[in-house]
Amino acid sequence: MNRLALFLPLALFVGLSLVLLFGLDKDPTDLPSALVGEAFPEFMLPTLQDETKLVSQQDLQGQVLLVNVWATWCFACRIEHPNLNELAEQGVVIVGLNYKDQRNAAKLWLLERGNPYSFNIFDDQGSLGIDLGVYGAPETYLVDADGVIRHRRVGVVDKRVWDSEFSALYQELTGKTPIIGGVR
Amino acid sequence: MKVLLLLMFLVQSNLVLANAEVVEFSDESLRPRYQQLVEELRCPKCQNQNLADSNSPISKDLRVQVQQLLEEGLTDQQIKDYLKARYSEFILYRPEVNQATWLLWAAPVLFLIMGLLIIYRLYFRFKADSSSGSSSGSSDSSDSSTIEAASALNKDEQTRLDKLLADRK
Repeated sequence: MNRLALFLPLALFVGLSLVLLFGLDKDPTDLPSALVGEAFPEFMLPTLQDETKLVSQQDLQGQVLLVNVWATWCFACRIEHPNLNELAEQGVVIVGLNYKDQRNAAKLWLLERGNPYSFNIFDDQGSLGIDLGVYGAPETYLVDADGVIRHRRVGVVDKRVWDSEFSALYQELTGKTPIIGGVR
Repeated sequence: MKVLLLLMFLVQSNLVLANAEVVEFSDESLRPRYQQLVEELRCPKCQNQNLADSNSPISKDLRVQVQQLLEEGLTDQQIKDYLKARYSEFILYRPEVNQATWLLWAAPVLFLIMGLLIIYRLYFRFKADSSSGSSSGSSDSSDSSTIEAASALNKDEQTRLDKLLADRK
């Protein structure tokens, strides 16, 4: 018994090492999302193209869509943009949330890089951003026809992310399987 | 010319000072609560900074948000719940007690109990050893230190030792 007790520190050390080893693989910037399974927050904001036109959460209901948080100051959004164009070409409805941006710069961005968005919510104060818990652009939300957030991705949506996180859920909701990185 | 330069520097330094954040409250009693909240809430973007220390844009926005919510008359708990609903528990530097965190909260007490148990057992064993030694030892009080020191000996050895000591007298 006493002999075994001598190995206790070793056992503790091995146990702690294993815990820390598994901890290494976790991404510390990956926050648990508070909003998955919840209704998209209420808002009333102008669109990017027309500042007199107001849109609200009701404009998101009735169809499965992606809400993409982006801004011209966001470098990773440049990398992501062609992927969104590709998804939009395949019939994916994407609503943009232009986050804390300049209206003219954002319009120019869409002219230069193509516009995958059916419309853009213009949130220059970041108020909807706070309600969504946005902490870094780009972010992408999959919202179902009832206006419930089903998935959230913080960071670029690329082929790997789409295949592993969105594709199956999107197919379940719509029966369609759009892809990123297809042969055109 | 030098005076002019000096003046320019002075004006410049004033401008820099003016950049520091000034938070205005309608009621000064809100300020300590604001200070405590922004120190206890964590910046969601930066890994290990609270809202008070962080200069990231999101922290600035959230500080403003906390200030506004205070002005609206929300309690500290309501403000924390408001932010938790949006940014998840990550934002609380002082996690709430729930299924995922009870072990975290209980750990200090558990470790204390464990430590006390170990001390108790060590002490008890030591006492048991030394008392078994003294029971077989001589009643002479001047020998007690010898007995203490020899407590590692077993009963037979102790009687032998006692005998030897008694013979020497």
